[in-house]
Amino acid sequence: MTAVLTKSSAHSIVEASPRAKIVAGGLVILYAVITILPLLWIVATAFKSQSDAIAYPPKVIFEPTLEGYVNLFTVRTRQTPDFIAKLPPPETWYDKLVRQRDMVIAGPSKVVPRFVNSLIIGFGSTFLAVFLGTLAAYAFSRFRIPLADDLLFFILSTRMMPPVAVAIPIYLMYRQLNLTDTRLGMILLYTAVNVSLAVWLLKGFIDEIPREYEEAALVDGYTRLQALRKVVLPQAVTGIAATAIFCLIFSWNEYAFAVLLTSGEAQTMPPFIPFIIGEGGQDWPAVAAATTLFVIPIVLFTVLLRKHLLRGITFGAVRK
Amino acid sequence: MKGARAVADVILRNISKRFGTVEAVRELSLAVNDGEFLVLLGPSGAGKTTTLRLITGLETPDAGSVMIDGRDVTHDPPGSRDIAFVFQQYSLYPHLTVYDNLAFPLRSPARRVPEPIIRKRVEQTAELLHIASKLKNRATRLSGGEMQRVAIGRALVRDPSIYLMDEPLSSLDAKLRAELRLELKRIQLELGATILYVTHDQVEAMTMASRIGVIRDGQLLQCGTPREIYESPSSSYVASRLGSPQINLLPAHLLSDVPVPPGTETVGIRTEHLQIAARNGGRMVGRVHRVEHLGEQNHVHLDYKGEMLVTLADPRQPLQSGQEVELHLVHPLCFDRAGQRIPAMVH
Ligand SMILES: Nc1ncnc2c1ncn2[C@@H]1O[C@H](COP(=O)(O)OP(=O)(O)O)[C@@H](O)[C@H]1O
Ligand SMILES: [Mg+2]
Repeated sequence: MTAVLTKSSAHSIVEASPRAKIVAGGLVILYAVITILPLLWIVATAFKSQSDAIAYPPKVIFEPTLEGYVNLFTVRTRQTPDFIAKLPPPETWYDKLVRQRDMVIAGPSKVVPRFVNSLIIGFGSTFLAVFLGTLAAYAFSRFRIPLADDLLFFILSTRMMPPVAVAIPIYLMYRQLNLTDTRLGMILLYTAVNVSLAVWLLKGFIDEIPREYEEAALVDGYTRLQALRKVVLPQAVTGIAATAIFCLIFSWNEYAFAVLLTSGEAQTMPPFIPFIIGEGGQDWPAVAAATTLFVIPIVLFTVLLRKHLLRGITFGAVRK
Repeated sequence: MKGARAVADVILRNISKRFGTVEAVRELSLAVNDGEFLVLLGPSGAGKTTTLRLITGLETPDAGSVMIDGRDVTHDPPGSRDIAFVFQQYSLYPHLTVYDNLAFPLRSPARRVPEPIIRKRVEQTAELLHIASKLKNRATRLSGGEMQRVAIGRALVRDPSIYLMDEPLSSLDAKLRAELRLELKRIQLELGATILYVTHDQVEAMTMASRIGVIRDGQLLQCGTPREIYESPSSSYVASRLGSPQINLLPAHLLSDVPVPPGTETVGIRTEHLQIAARNGGRMVGRVHRVEHLGEQNHVHLDYKGEMLVTLADPRQPLQSGQEVELHLVHPLCFDRAGQRIPAMVH
């Protein structure tokens, strides 16, 4: 038992040789390039014209246009050049852009409400799953619960089934309860799926936090709930952040249930994006634009929580 | 912050606690008096931590009762018992600064101490423990000694009926331990605090305690001033807990020329009970096996009829290994078959 000072890292104490550092750095960069390339391609495609998007060989250098984004956000109708010529001059730059293609804007597309659905359902279910998961994980970690191991296994087992296996029962259940195509229904569903993951992940993190911390607070006159808030949660922040990211990624990307249970009101982005493809030819730039927008929140969320993920390494460096 | 106190701050009456098949604490009775520094001394697994946890209410006894300031608190929750506890491990919150760690006990919603008073108490305590310059540091950015000071400070900011300390110095190196030992004793005298301190280190017990309780297998074997425990231990086990080098236990039948009370099975010989001299016709003869030079003293290992005796000797005394010497016993301690002490005969 020695007091660990903070200089030490979680990794080897031996300093890596310069050559090893270069090799390691190179590998990391290579991996980063490989994984980020498709993403960059999508971002670029969103700024291509329809013909550039499907040009062969693929175009790396092209004249950027906002057509993809305009098409994504609008519904357009095709008109004869005569008709367009008779219209008053276009009021906005995007009106002008659309008319160059012999079309006029008929109204906004559904992308904004779909995106809002995704945000509400994704973050709502993530919040609920992490909230419930934290409480359950704390209870499993700290209290003597009858049949705790069996319960934990049961909770995990809910994740073992493929969605297809439960799709029909859930569909029928939801129809009965009037939850089909509602945000509430989707939030509940994703929460139910995520909460098992959340309980297991968080229990691991909370188990790592010594009980003495809370006990000290109890002796000092805090209630258990206060001790949970002031002592346990701040130290579980790493685990909570990681869990939240996993939960959000799942509910953000979920496709099967979304296709089955939503069609209008509560439709999320994943079933909506492929729907764009079919509209008036294969509009790849619009699809790419939708995909770009779709990726942004999750990237932001991860970057925001990154600090907590990294800081976790120094936790527990006190008197091991 | 508090009015007059009862004579005994904490009284344990026959408390017992078992974990499954382990009897961690057995029928333990103990009274900690106001202003006293009581040290529970026992090896690892003796039930020291469990005893403290029973007093705080973090564990509930299977039998017996806990009284604090004359109140039966056996079934009260920990927060209402007016106790400050220094844990053996994990005593600082890594997510808080030193200041916030020290202020944490005072900020408890149950206590509602106003923030200016908190600041004053924290600063006083930091002053007392010589960590005033570290208040803004994160708890993780401290040396081991500083962490322990803060841990003790977290208890000292409060003014409870009793401070419980669970081996607060055990993770430190010898030098720091010696330093903090002195300081803790000074602080206790300065504050007139009542402390129940738990350790496996006899030096801590001897140097700080006003009374020592020797505990083994969940039972309190003997309780008394350090001097009482050292000079008249109730059993050979208690005798072996105090004193360095450890007391030599010799089967009584090996002795010659030494009068022992009837029933004596074992004789306990400490350094001061044993004199070594050049051979001069005495009947107890031993052979020097090895001499360890410790600087100001020598550890002498003696072979006496196949038993090894360890004692201290003046470095100036010329002793060689292999040399035969005469041994003289002066009032050794006598123990019966069960290891219980038999009072020496009056000469
Ligand atoms: N929560 C517990 N569950 C099971 N056994 C325990 C628990 N706490 C303590 N014990 C057992 O009780 C005995 C006394 O432990 P403890 O009071 O921690 O001893 P000490 O502090 O003197 O080292 C040990 O044998 C220990 O294994
Ligand atoms: Mg202990």
